[in-house]
Amino acid sequence: MNLEPALFYALAGVGLFAIGLHALFAYAHLLRKILALNVMGGGVFLFLIAIASRAAGPVPDPVPHAMVLTGIVVSVCATGLALALANRVQATTGKMQLPDEGGGA
Amino acid sequence: MTFLETAPWMTWTVLLPLCAGICTFLFRRAAPWLGVAAALGNALAVAALTAQVLRGGSLRYPVGGWGVPLGIDLRADGLSTLMLAMSAVIGVAVSVYAARYFSDEGAGDDLEGQRHKRAYFWPLWMFLLAGLNGLFLSADIFHLYVTLELLGFSAVSLAALAGQRAALIAAMRYLLVSLLGSLCFLFGVALLYAAYATVDVTALAGLAKAGPITWSALGLMTGGLLMKGAVFPLHFWLPPAHANAPAPVSALLSALVVKASFYILLRLWFELFRSVVTLPAANFLGLLGAAAILWGSFQALRVRRLKLLVAYSTVAQLGYLCLLFPLAQNAGVAFTAWSGCIYFMLAHACAKAAMFLAAGNMAHAAGHDRIAGLDGITHALPLSVAAFMLAGISLIGLPPSGGFIAKWMLLKAAIASGQWGWALLMLAGSLLAAGYVMRVLRHAFTQVDTALPLHRVPRTMEWTAAGLAVLAVLLGLIAARPLALLRIGAPVADAAVATDAEGPR
Repeated sequence: MNLEPALFYALAGVGLFAIGLHALFAYAHLLRKILALNVMGGGVFLFLIAIASRAAGPVPDPVPHAMVLTGIVVSVCATGLALALANRVQATTGKMQLPDEGGGA
Repeated sequence: MTFLETAPWMTWTVLLPLCAGICTFLFRRAAPWLGVAAALGNALAVAALTAQVLRGGSLRYPVGGWGVPLGIDLRADGLSTLMLAMSAVIGVAVSVYAARYFSDEGAGDDLEGQRHKRAYFWPLWMFLLAGLNGLFLSADIFHLYVTLELLGFSAVSLAALAGQRAALIAAMRYLLVSLLGSLCFLFGVALLYAAYATVDVTALAGLAKAGPITWSALGLMTGGLLMKGAVFPLHFWLPPAHANAPAPVSALLSALVVKASFYILLRLWFELFRSVVTLPAANFLGLLGAAAILWGSFQALRVRRLKLLVAYSTVAQLGYLCLLFPLAQNAGVAFTAWSGCIYFMLAHACAKAAMFLAAGNMAHAAGHDRIAGLDGITHALPLSVAAFMLAGISLIGLPPSGGFIAKWMLLKAAIASGQWGWALLMLAGSLLAAGYVMRVLRHAFTQVDTALPLHRVPRTMEWTAAGLAVLAVLLGLIAARPLALLRIGAPVADAAVATDAEGPR
């Protein structure tokens, strides 16, 4: 197998995204869902870093790096908000998962 | 007057709410005043920007003077200016309403909870406004992602503001859907950057060619936005989230926040991927819209709670927006459909905000929002019921309301291009809307012998709801001006005057 490193990492990123997506739907526990979203985010970031190395010359493209830095800040905020909300949900309902109720009620 | 004409008003529409968000967080006592003042200031900045766009056409402003590859550009054309104006007007009305709604007098027996809500409402609402304005002015897809997240976080936090069980669960679900949607969007951004090495919308529009990567990006981004925009069948999170929030929050979420995702969808489908989208894909979105209209209206006809009814009405009304995609595939009527769809967004924003505020007044007076328990409420709240009725007229699409003009243009496009199915669907949707509006009015106008024990509703709260409802109807009478603004930099060519509008801008 003669796989270019950049391509390998890009594919790994896609794989992580898919694994996270699966976990998001497969598990009901809120902490697992939040982790799954983080894994998905990690996949996208890995993909962005991989494509940065395709720039001509020895210096990688800085633009995807800047995007990843911004993306990490956003995902830290998202995780913080999600954890705080999940905590409140657990305090109110006694469970770390969302009840299976429809749109009614 | 040169300052007024040349100042970069675009940046102020983002900067002002951001600063106001921090100030309202730091100075809690003055927060309502600061919030209303910031909403007014934002409206003035948007008015100045509108004047600039009307005078000089589309604008582009490199923030910090950096320019495209490294810096962030803001741009304003007719569409973004109209969206900004929509948020500004509704923002002012909702701010005035919220200043009364979250006041100590409106607290009832839970004064502590009221102060808590007030302390968080104002900063979150200001950040929401900053996110919205930034989103409407974004010139690149990565900035769209960041503003979408900023908007999503404040929207979720606002949805959780009521703090009771149902609101928390709805907000948690909203957050998970919202994060999944924006991660899909971000992945699309990454794919597009991998393929074309730029994130600028205008540049990408010139480069994008049909191919597996472009198709995946389009699919991921559209899917993510459909989720965040609550398009059927991905609407399940919207009704509980909107119905369990405090009234001013429901108004903001239903009138403005869902429109933001739809705005990005328009930018993608009619600008960025213009040469990539195909008729079957557009028809698919149209079918989703059709299902949304029928399902949302059907649910609105059977739910028992007033706010849930209004929320399901939002699901149905969002369906109309999706009809643009198939209608605009016919070049001859594309511009009519485009104008109709944008006008629909404006009319729906005013009508739905008015409806949620009026519903909030009724719930506030009665202490609950069960539709069957609202018999005879007209006697106590004539103005709020009138607001609900006027907003309903616009939602149904009766002349001379803004909803009528919008539906008329969409119908004209459907009939002129021989797409009868969509036309019939729109008429059916109007009938169903009449059905659920009448459900509420029937109870409101029922005569009762014994007067209900009602809470007093402050005058300001009644008048702001009525003002927005009157605006929703007035939009039908002043349609020429907004539509002229919409022509500026429109990505869809007007076949009637197709001379220089062809080709990439």
